[in-house]
Amino acid sequence: MGDKKKWFQLDLGLGQKQAVAGSCGCGKPSGGCGSHATEPPKNDLTISAEEFDAAVEQELMEDSMVAQTRKDGFQQVFDRKMDRRTAFRKLTASLLVGAGAVHTSCSVTSGEEAKEKAQIDWEEQFKGNYKLMTQEEKQATVDRLVRSYQLRKKENIKMSAADASKDVLFGYAFNISKCQGYMDCVSACVKENNQDRNSQMQYIRIHEMKDGEGFKFNEADDNYYHEVPAEGHFYMGTQCFHCDNPPCVNVCPVQATWREEDGLVVVDYDWCIGCRYCMAACPYDGRRFNWSKPEVPEDEINKNQHYLGNRLRKKGVMEKCTFCVQRSRAGKDPACVEACPTGARIFGNLLDPNSTIRWVLENKQVFRLKEDLGTEPKFWYFMD
Amino acid sequence: MGTFRAFRHMVKDSLDYITHGSKTYHIWMIFLTVIMLIGMYCYSIQLDEGLSVTGMTDRVSWGLYISNFTFLVGVAAAAVMLVMPTYVLKDIDFKQAVLIGEGLAVAALVMCLAFVVADMGGPSVLWHMIPGIGVFNFPNSMLAWDVIVLNGYLFINITIPLYILFRHYQGKEAKSKVYIPGSIISVLWAVAIHLVTAFLYEGLQARPFWNNALLGPRFLASAFAAGPALIILVLAAIRKFSEFKIEDKTISKIAMIVTVAAQINLIMLISELFKEFYAPTHHSESAYYLFFGLEGKTALLPWIWTAIPLNVLATVLLTFHKLRNNTKVLYFCCFILFVAIWIEKGFGLIVPGFIPGPYGKIAEYTPTWIEIWVTLGIWAMGAFVFTMLAKTSIGIELGKLRYKKKKILKSETV
Ligand code: SF4
Ligand code: SF4
Repeated sequence: MGDKKKWFQLDLGLGQKQAVAGSCGCGKPSGGCGSHATEPPKNDLTISAEEFDAAVEQELMEDSMVAQTRKDGFQQVFDRKMDRRTAFRKLTASLLVGAGAVHTSCSVTSGEEAKEKAQIDWEEQFKGNYKLMTQEEKQATVDRLVRSYQLRKKENIKMSAADASKDVLFGYAFNISKCQGYMDCVSACVKENNQDRNSQMQYIRIHEMKDGEGFKFNEADDNYYHEVPAEGHFYMGTQCFHCDNPPCVNVCPVQATWREEDGLVVVDYDWCIGCRYCMAACPYDGRRFNWSKPEVPEDEINKNQHYLGNRLRKKGVMEKCTFCVQRSRAGKDPACVEACPTGARIFGNLLDPNSTIRWVLENKQVFRLKEDLGTEPKFWYFMD
Repeated sequence: MGTFRAFRHMVKDSLDYITHGSKTYHIWMIFLTVIMLIGMYCYSIQLDEGLSVTGMTDRVSWGLYISNFTFLVGVAAAAVMLVMPTYVLKDIDFKQAVLIGEGLAVAALVMCLAFVVADMGGPSVLWHMIPGIGVFNFPNSMLAWDVIVLNGYLFINITIPLYILFRHYQGKEAKSKVYIPGSIISVLWAVAIHLVTAFLYEGLQARPFWNNALLGPRFLASAFAAGPALIILVLAAIRKFSEFKIEDKTISKIAMIVTVAAQINLIMLISELFKEFYAPTHHSESAYYLFFGLEGKTALLPWIWTAIPLNVLATVLLTFHKLRNNTKVLYFCCFILFVAIWIEKGFGLIVPGFIPGPYGKIAEYTPTWIEIWVTLGIWAMGAFVFTMLAKTSIGIELGKLRYKKKKILKSETV
């Protein structure tokens, strides 16, 4: 890869044939990574198609991909701002106390629980941006949300604030020849991520295209209701591609959406002001907006949540695929990968030279959509 | 201390002054208030239910609100283009027009901000946008830039006229040393707000219809046509309903600005159309949709085919001196030009940006009644603000409102 690209380019260290210390995507100065030329593990890289399928199967089963090492929180760059924010909070609080607006939390007659609820609501309303929080602050807001749910619904949820692990960069590959359009991934995703059932929000779209006509997205049907696989058609799934140079992140006026260290592009639902600028900026139709209050039936709520992932959203905020951050950071595959009956979906750590996704990138003819836009999606398509 | 007291008096006098007036004035204000109330009621429904009460969807995620916002930024920017000749080049003709123009800019900006707030999914967390308290994505996000320039512009446009009026209110001359630097800044700033707003769209590689280098300049040209056109209409109304003297010369000079801007705008339109239709690519689909419809979806056709002929007609009529100097024709031209540009720079610009969608899906957009009423409510609010500002400044300029002359005045105005 050239050193002086005029545009952004994702560098995984693929296709690098010379061992240059420190230049490999895996970060290790020597060996152990498929892209170092010194001891080329040729055998590993020339797996036959059957072996590859077996590996896919295995990947579907396996859970222990990502080590659960917790990293220190983001550096609190804006210490000063946080201080000012606290000052502001106190100021408004005192003003409102004067006006009697926090009446419930001061009232003697209301019970302890009501007071606690009001207290939590108050702190949630004026908390800062998750991206800039310290690990303790992150944990505190997660605890508050869990407690709030407990108070309201009398049920417990599990919410994680796990940060990105070191040396992990998530990537995804989609096998066009395998996909049959069953849409199991779509329903698994809806369930896993507590998406609004009323508006039938779906992160994944499966486009049904005619054989022999190439990728004609504009003629494809992404909302079909017939038996699949339909004769003479092939299928292609799209979702948020977790671009490495995401335009959606650049445009957000309040930094409510950002790229995490492990490559996931996430949204802080409590910081988003709902301007939908990111939606206009996304070239891949990757984002979904809560036009009304999202509703999930009580018994269908997935209680295993992550702050940046599938926790319950409110109306007027943006959301999107997070590669199931609650699962991927716990070492599991996203729900769509697990649900796919054909093994068309492959997920893994791009920096791990032994991962299936790396094998696909190195051995298949892969391509991405709209590469000319310079967004560098971490979502590749390939065919058998 | 004396200044403070004078200022307090000015506020009190103006309040007094704007609550009194002729019958037409009262009917006008009541009419606006009623529309504002309906708009507020509709907005409360929107707050309650969420933005699902609008026609917007995941496929077309900006609609009427953002269209009006974009257009009004142009009006606000253009109003100040009258400032330059008056204050700086000492062109006396424009002097009366300027205070009106700046009042118009303030009203347009108030409307802009109201439209942005109406479009937000979470107005209760808007404080996240306030620099210092929230987190501002500066300088990456064009929207962050826009918030800064719009508020800065609002500040400038309030302070300059306020200063001048305040001096006049006290019966003193406004010091040119104070306001000339201010007005030069405001003129440059006017260009900035409009360019930044254009960059908001221009910078999105995802939307080929907007990702077009001509967008910014074309914004400016159309704004300098539509804004002064509105000013002419407003001046005409003021001439009719108050004793404020506005010379024909002033109006014909502004008409000159409108004409030149409209001509440039037309040239750019031709250039755009040529690029989209001479060698159409995938990226021309949005333009195709706008002008001819795609796959039988033709919601925008009536709009754009109203706008284009009106635009051409107005430009052609304005080009001829004879016609332009006839006030009747002039007012008519200004009106149709204003409407044409409102369609073109609002609806005709924002909606096709989303159609076809990133994967070619064609989903149309039609505003709902709630959306339309909120929009009308905000326009009424703008008109309300403007009427108040204009009435006060006319009162001061005519000498009806003067510090320590209250007694005499009372008997005059009522
Ligand atoms: S696919 Fe869209 S939403 Fe996802 S990271 Fe890229 S630009 Fe952002
Ligand atoms: S909708 Fe939310 S995440 Fe998207 S740009 Fe606006 S504030 Fe940022």
